[in-house]
Amino acid sequence: MIKLVALVPLFPLLGFIIIGLFGKSLSKTVAGVVASGAILLSFIVSLLLFINLNEAGENVSHTVKLFDWIQAGKFSADLSLLIDPLSSVFLLIITGVGFLIHVYSTGYMHDDEGHNKFFSYLNLFVFFMLLLVLGSNYLVMFVGWEGVGLCSYLLIGFWFKNTNYNNAAKKAFIMNRIGDLGFLLGIFLIYVTFGSVSYSEVFAQAKFYGADEPVLIAITLLLFVGAMGKSAQLPLYTWLPDAMAGPTPVSALIHAATMVTAGIYMIARSNILYTLAPTSLHIVALIGVITAVFAATIGLLQNDIKKVLAYSTVSQLGYMFLALGMGAYTSAVFHVITHAFFKALLFLGAGSVIHAMGGEQDIRKMGGLKSHLPITFATFLIGTIAIAGIPPFAGFFSKDEILAHAFAHNKIFWLLGVGGSVLTAFYMFRLLFLTFYGKFRGTHHQEEHLHESPKSITIPLMVLAGLSVLGGFIGLPEAFHAKHLLKSFLSPVFAASDLRMLPAEISHTTEYALMALAIIIVLIVVLLARNKYVVKGELPVADGVVLSPSSKLIANKYYVDEIYDTLIIRPLHWISGIFYRVMDIQVVDGFVNFIGKAVVWSSNTARLTQTGKIGYYVFVMVLSVALLLLYISY
Amino acid sequence: MVQDTMAQTLHGIPINAYLMLSAVLFSIGVLGVLYRRNIIVIFMCIELMLNAVNLLLAAFGAYRGDSNGQIFVFFIMAVAAAEVAVGLAILVMIYRNTKNTDIDELSRLKW
Repeated sequence: MIKLVALVPLFPLLGFIIIGLFGKSLSKTVAGVVASGAILLSFIVSLLLFINLNEAGENVSHTVKLFDWIQAGKFSADLSLLIDPLSSVFLLIITGVGFLIHVYSTGYMHDDEGHNKFFSYLNLFVFFMLLLVLGSNYLVMFVGWEGVGLCSYLLIGFWFKNTNYNNAAKKAFIMNRIGDLGFLLGIFLIYVTFGSVSYSEVFAQAKFYGADEPVLIAITLLLFVGAMGKSAQLPLYTWLPDAMAGPTPVSALIHAATMVTAGIYMIARSNILYTLAPTSLHIVALIGVITAVFAATIGLLQNDIKKVLAYSTVSQLGYMFLALGMGAYTSAVFHVITHAFFKALLFLGAGSVIHAMGGEQDIRKMGGLKSHLPITFATFLIGTIAIAGIPPFAGFFSKDEILAHAFAHNKIFWLLGVGGSVLTAFYMFRLLFLTFYGKFRGTHHQEEHLHESPKSITIPLMVLAGLSVLGGFIGLPEAFHAKHLLKSFLSPVFAASDLRMLPAEISHTTEYALMALAIIIVLIVVLLARNKYVVKGELPVADGVVLSPSSKLIANKYYVDEIYDTLIIRPLHWISGIFYRVMDIQVVDGFVNFIGKAVVWSSNTARLTQTGKIGYYVFVMVLSVALLLLYISY
Repeated sequence: MVQDTMAQTLHGIPINAYLMLSAVLFSIGVLGVLYRRNIIVIFMCIELMLNAVNLLLAAFGAYRGDSNGQIFVFFIMAVAAAEVAVGLAILVMIYRNTKNTDIDELSRLKW
């Protein structure tokens, strides 16, 4: 049964090969069915594996070796797949949500000329993502890691005729490359330290290290740099909002549900290393919580429906890193799951809105879509409630769990976390109210064409809405005297870490109080947003209107892009210019040209000896013979 | 007995005299090649150099009682005859093309 795990990444790969090779001759329907079918098959296998693992009991970690991959001296790496509760959960998210998004894409991308190419990329992405979570050593993970980066690049720049989109794709690729360098160095250091890159050996040896050994801190921080890039954390987050240039299903699949959570998966997978390096954990938590609040504030004043969701994703990823940083690995994975549900739902809902609006993404030009798009509205509302953290929807349980850990761990983190969730509730309801309530603010032409999306779009929305409602129940808090299903399922993976981690328990009374507090604050904020945008009918100001300094700062995203431009890009251009002028033109070109000129000059000089006078030649000949004879005789 | 007298006379001449003579002939040939501009004269000077060497070979051969020297001379004469045939043919062609026998006119192959 476990051997079937190889089938999980195989189906999307086959899908990619079929559509990639024969895409031009396949009809759109066939391509859509092949692509979605491949993911559905993977999902079914994943589900079987999950059930199998759930029944297995103690022995829940299986490695399936496919073949020897690299054998060089002492170094060896297999291409082998690891199936355990953690990878199983990720398999379900990737294939489950991935399948829904594939179905959605058949509707969303139906009229696009690159339809078949899109599906081949999407299948390739799923393949690499599955490889990333299934690999049983860091090298296979790295292959998947780079592969998803490539697919992300291809899909962000999918509409490559637009230069801005291409630039966004390049930005994502380069930013990720910075992170990947850290990850790669981390892998090198792991190999140097432990003599292996396979999880089982590395983690087994790591247990003999004491807490906070410098080499462990270095490894974990380098790996975290990789996670920062892939999971869009400060300071490497700016690519994610720009990545919204890609088609909306891509944003939902890659930039919300799966790829950006690769960093969380990697840290959760390496949990023992992090647990042994509390300093790194502290840095992870710090970066996480700062990102959570920072991105949430930017979300407050964005007017592009997808940009709001993008900043929200950055912010939610921050929460996941906060959880990881406090050693609450289960909570982080829990939030990954619920976030995959509701953020995919929100993105797909946004896609449905954009579809209906004929490509318009500015929420200032929407409004009043509630009656035109009832299903989209209902599902978007569910997603919004879920992300805002109102019980009993999914987001509440996972976020509350993280906040409870933060309260026990560090009150400042808790305060910032609550602040972030308040901001989240505000900007999400602002988005909801501006899009679906009030009067329609678009053009007359757009209003006539408003229509609910086809079934291929609404059905995935409804399924995801259902998951967003129910998803939280897999991790009920202990205070409710319920069983935390996810925690008990994942416990074998985190067992070694849990032993070393001080339990950060808080009393049930405190936990109830915290929950109540969070809910009340969020509800107040929702009412405030309602008052501002529905009752008073305020609108975000148009472009070009002068803003107060603080709003201006936020509306311009804290000028982070501009700061990077000034601090890094321009100096780099400047240095490149110098290197071009000095090193390239003067030194390299100079050297090459010098050799050429020297040859020309010496030939020019030497040719003068060829006078053409026969007497001269004979004279030289005689002289030479005479000299030769002299030389021989002495 | 004339021949005997002849051979004795020749043997009576010291080898140095042959050396001197052929050195002088050779030098005249070299100088002729270097200083004369008429192509036919140069050609004759080349022949002169060859014959200076021939003389030397024959003289050494006779002096040491070794016939190898004379065999060499025959070879050289045969080769020289072939060379003259080719060389004169070239000279004729040069003259036909340039109506001239001055080698300074033949500087077209230079830069």
